[in-house]
Amino acid sequence: MAGSRGRGRSQFTFSVDALGFGRGDSLPTSAQTPSPLFPPMQFRPVPLHAGEEVDYMLALKQELRASSKNLPFHIKAARTKTDVARYSDKYQNGEPKNNCIEWSPDWSRMPKELCIKVRKPRKTVIGAKPQLTRKPKVAAGKEEVLQKLETLEKREEEQHSEEEEDEEKKKQNDEEEEPDADEDYDEEEIEDETDYIMSYFDNGEDFGADSDDNMDEAVY
Amino acid sequence: MTAQEVRLCGLLLQEHFGDVVEKVGTHLIRSGVLTLRALAHETKLPLDLVKKSLCVLMQHGMCAFGAGRRGPAGPVEYHIICERILHMLRYPRYIYTAKSLYGDTGELIVEEILQRGQMTMSSTVKTVADRLTHNMPEGQSMDYSEVVSAFSRLVETHFLQRCPPMASAESSSSGADNTPLPAVTQPTEPEDHPECYKLPYINLTGQGKRRRSSEDGEADPRAAKKAKTDSSERGDEGIYWQVNFQRFHLHFRDQAIISAVSCKLDQTSSEIVRTMLRMSEVTTPTHAAFTQALSANEIFRALPSSYNIARPILDQYLTLLVDDPMEFVGKTGDSGGGMFGSRSARIFRLLLRKRHLEQKQVEDFAMVPAKEAKDMLYTLLSENLVQLQEIPKTPDYAPSRTFYLYTVNQLPTARLLLQHCYKTVGNLIERRLYETKENKRLLEKSQRIEAILASLQATGAEAAQLTEVEEMITAPERQQLESLRHHINKLDSSENQVDETIFLLESYINSTQAPR
Repeated sequence: MAGSRGRGRSQFTFSVDALGFGRGDSLPTSAQTPSPLFPPMQFRPVPLHAGEEVDYMLALKQELRASSKNLPFHIKAARTKTDVARYSDKYQNGEPKNNCIEWSPDWSRMPKELCIKVRKPRKTVIGAKPQLTRKPKVAAGKEEVLQKLETLEKREEEQHSEEEEDEEKKKQNDEEEEPDADEDYDEEEIEDETDYIMSYFDNGEDFGADSDDNMDEAVY
Repeated sequence: MTAQEVRLCGLLLQEHFGDVVEKVGTHLIRSGVLTLRALAHETKLPLDLVKKSLCVLMQHGMCAFGAGRRGPAGPVEYHIICERILHMLRYPRYIYTAKSLYGDTGELIVEEILQRGQMTMSSTVKTVADRLTHNMPEGQSMDYSEVVSAFSRLVETHFLQRCPPMASAESSSSGADNTPLPAVTQPTEPEDHPECYKLPYINLTGQGKRRRSSEDGEADPRAAKKAKTDSSERGDEGIYWQVNFQRFHLHFRDQAIISAVSCKLDQTSSEIVRTMLRMSEVTTPTHAAFTQALSANEIFRALPSSYNIARPILDQYLTLLVDDPMEFVGKTGDSGGGMFGSRSARIFRLLLRKRHLEQKQVEDFAMVPAKEAKDMLYTLLSENLVQLQEIPKTPDYAPSRTFYLYTVNQLPTARLLLQHCYKTVGNLIERRLYETKENKRLLEKSQRIEAILASLQATGAEAAQLTEVEEMITAPERQQLESLRHHINKLDSSENQVDETIFLLESYINSTQAPR
């Protein structure tokens, strides 16, 4: 064994050509940095299928995605209130509450422990316009939570969305009776115990709020 | 559950059901089985939110429950059925198939049931009739009986099935130890029930109602309340229907086989295969690797007459199909072409066919120059798509005296490719979410403008006002929106296409693992 090792010292057990580089060449340099995040691709990807079928399925997919956001199965956590309770909270409307479910499942098919109060979805008959005004406020309201110290300096419009949540918590007990009572009446008129039609109610906080995003129009 | 599958499930749950359900769902997938309290405690979410999420998941058949480890008296435990979540990727394909087989009515029925998880027959019929009426010209409406007949056809061909009834009643909370009944309702397999495909008798006549936008607020609550009280008289309380995914998968599999045969051979042979598959639809169980044996006579009789295939020609075709080395049930390896070039794909296919080859033989058979062949083989090896098998000539594994054979292990390779696919879809979804987030402001602005335009048009505004509103979006913004839509369409389309590959690989893996 020792003898054969001595005789075969200068021979390798594999042929050097198979390695890919010859004798005496320097080894490839070692990598100094991690490999790039998006290395350039050697081959172009195969093009996507095209055609009527593909387009139809694409449209279906996007439609399904959009409509699933409106179904009651899309669960949003209720927002925690951060601000002072306001009088107008009593008349503001339907943010999701944690302790009721927006659709009515068949409870006999589910374990008893999951049973939760079913909430009648409040129908708010709003035209296009008020819904538009809600969007910038909702976006602004979330930042508000983070900047609690500057609450007093911010304008009242941005707290509009939080007030809705305050109202929900306060009215918890009252609401349970109201949805049963108003089955035969138009919801918006009787429910809030006022003589005024809810959509006419404007507590003046919308004023000036629209100007945040659209600088094209002059503000008077 | 692999990490990629969990990630993809999380993204899908978030897209359809929101962040809360995503959190609950991913945690439950990772933990396996949990009770309600443990789940609420570990996710640090309020108990009510967890309850709501579990209700949603169970409604859609993605979560199941059972008696806990402490037996029937202990708390209920929940677990997630991951493959149901992954099926959400394929919803457009199911709906499109229903449309191609049963028309618009079938399409809407399947779409409604997919979106709502489970529905009773009467509520499905009503909703679908209303939707169809909405799209019809003024004055016409859809009759319920047409929808009922479409529904019946779907059930007869097993595309819809009843949700399995619960095993037994719940007990009270006293928890006596010697109660003979299980304390909790147990879900069972749908196929175990003889009435799985039996239509209930329902007393449903009428027509779809057209929703008028002006009466929106007033008419709808009253109509909805009326509908609720009516459904109890319909006669099919408690009978819920769900989509039978297995049946759709069978259909896709048959389609894939037929198109593969027609690509490889020709149209006529694909017709023959289609006939064979149709004949064995009823006799073959779902997961069988081979269909029941069919005699040539039976096939001949069953062929559609429009094809005019004479008997000897049929025999020739059958011999051809039998001799074909490509096995009909699923195939892997076509994705090797995309990433590594078509020559690597050639090498890969060669290895698939010849099982084991030496390097020299690979060069010869594939007609690829030696250096390239070496390079590609090593690349494929580093990606684990091919494996190296050592066969020693001598007892010590001296490299100069050992055969090194390249081979492809189909099953592990298929699994590897499947994981790559899951990762791909996850990446596509994340990229789409990123693109949407980046351009959120622009998208919101365009939505607002569209809403304004719509309301203006509804109240009959002049053309000047409309153009004024349209000009609120500047030209570069329009371009940006356009390119954004183009990107998102491309990403969505890619998701659909990768899902086709996922389906092929999944069915290959399932059929290979099934006992033959």
